Amino acid sequence: MKSSIYKRLGKAFLYLAFAKALLITTSCKSDYLQLTKVTSSQTHIDSTLQSVEQIENYIAPFKKSLDAQMDEQLSFNPVSMNKNDYKYNTPIGNMLATIVREQGEPIYTSRTGKSIDIVLLNHGGIRAGLPAGPVTMRRAYEIMPFDNEITIAELSGDQMNELINYLIDRKRAHPFDGMKIILNADDSINEITIQNQPLDKDRTYIVATNDYLYNGGDDMSFFKGAAMMKIDYKIRNAVIDYFKKVDTIKFERDNRFEVLD
Amino acid sequence: MERRKFIRNTSAGMVAGAALWSNCALANGIFTGPKLEPGTKKITILHTNDTHSHIEPISGGRNDGRGGVARRAAIINKVRSENPNTLLLDCGDIFQGTPYFNFYGGELEIKLMSMMGYDAATIGNHDFDNSIEGLYKQLPHADFDFVISNYDFSNTIMDGHTKPYKVMVKDGVRIGLFGVGIQLDGLVDPKMYKETVYNDPIEVAKDQIKTLRETEKCDLVICMSHLGYSYRVDRVSDLSLAAATSGIDLIIGGHTHTFLDAPEVVKNASGKDVMVNQVGCYGINLGRIDFYLKEGKIDKGVDVVYEI
Repeated sequence: MKSSIYKRLGKAFLYLAFAKALLITTSCKSDYLQLTKVTSSQTHIDSTLQSVEQIENYIAPFKKSLDAQMDEQLSFNPVSMNKNDYKYNTPIGNMLATIVREQGEPIYTSRTGKSIDIVLLNHGGIRAGLPAGPVTMRRAYEIMPFDNEITIAELSGDQMNELINYLIDRKRAHPFDGMKIILNADDSINEITIQNQPLDKDRTYIVATNDYLYNGGDDMSFFKGAAMMKIDYKIRNAVIDYFKKVDTIKFERDNRFEVLD
Repeated sequence: MERRKFIRNTSAGMVAGAALWSNCALANGIFTGPKLEPGTKKITILHTNDTHSHIEPISGGRNDGRGGVARRAAIINKVRSENPNTLLLDCGDIFQGTPYFNFYGGELEIKLMSMMGYDAATIGNHDFDNSIEGLYKQLPHADFDFVISNYDFSNTIMDGHTKPYKVMVKDGVRIGLFGVGIQLDGLVDPKMYKETVYNDPIEVAKDQIKTLRETEKCDLVICMSHLGYSYRVDRVSDLSLAAATSGIDLIIGGHTHTFLDAPEVVKNASGKDVMVNQVGCYGINLGRIDFYLKEGKIDKGVDVVYEI
């Protein structure tokens, strides 16, 4: 009976495996029960299924309260920003690097007495743009859906050199702050400064990043072995807090990372 | 070759095929199934994994319009009405992934699972994302058991609130469930999982199987896993667990968000078959396995037929 139904469905949905098996031999009780057949199927949950009203009604007040908070205006953005607006640095990337410093540094300094030299995030971690218009919490969730935390690492001069080489090599608009990388058209270095100073291989640099990159994400292997601390601050929460305190979002592309003609 | 053909055909018309499959299945009564022969018992297992706080259908992206708890509830209700001898299981990472988790801490996820009548769930790494206290806090909302065998919670607030295994009896069939979770070190911040001790899943599984088969006299043994389906590197996974143990009938898994067109049937340590399945993530799919058992003396060497 069953197999005829399967045949009608056609081979496309069927895979028959006949397997010799001694079943349940380890069970004592099962002298009386023997497995003879196992079948499987999978239901794709989509609009062809009629939602259970009781469940929808139960979700409704949670959704309403969530939506109200998510869609409340926190700030205003006059110009649309996307992570691919420009090649080497972008308004949205510069915004995120600034936010990590502005929101994270006071906490880090109060705990350690030290200041942050540079901020480094990743281009791929910007998951959405920020359209012109009202800025809401939902936008912050769209830009940073992941729960990555601000992570502050202490890099040696050599590791810092590797970090800079990585950025030069990749030539992507990985968001950073506190550093300037200017290359000539032939890729030779025109200017590299950290906090307006040349790289000093004998000193330690304080780099604010996220836990994903600290753990080697996006091939950022230069963090390996670096001492680090977290300040219990998710990047998304830093973004939300920044949106709440600023009336109008205003960031531009600048010359922190560029290749000269 | 047959299998390759099957995979190609399915992926060719993914969305159309998906709708067609469920509709055909419903129309042809696959979910009802033909009348059982006298002396035959049928146990249905429904399972999810890595639902990641996806309450509403997904909005945007490649999975736009898929998933949704209220829709999942519909198919669960239908299957249960057709076969009351149905278990509904989840393989972890219930938490994290939408603002519902950030706003309500997982309360809604657990409450909805209780409403849908989940029988048991195991624990995924993301279920520690609000720390072990955050998980503990949601336990009062769970009308189902958290079954996890290889996490030792003795020195944590979760001590005594999970089960190493669970036996459910449906139509006289004893079904043994146990759960295995992934190594937390390196995956979850220790300040989140605190003094949770991870024990070797394979060794623990062997002990659980022995208990379920010999002491609890189970007819079916199901492993709920959050180890991940398989890895290129040498790391314990559902497939390696299947190969290293004997006495499991079904491993349902999670963690790797693996979408399978159909379950795999692989050989266990004794050369016998074990079925391994996983249904992607975000509540996009509901997996279903039906076990048919016949009353009577064990006939050694009988063929178990897998229709997958």
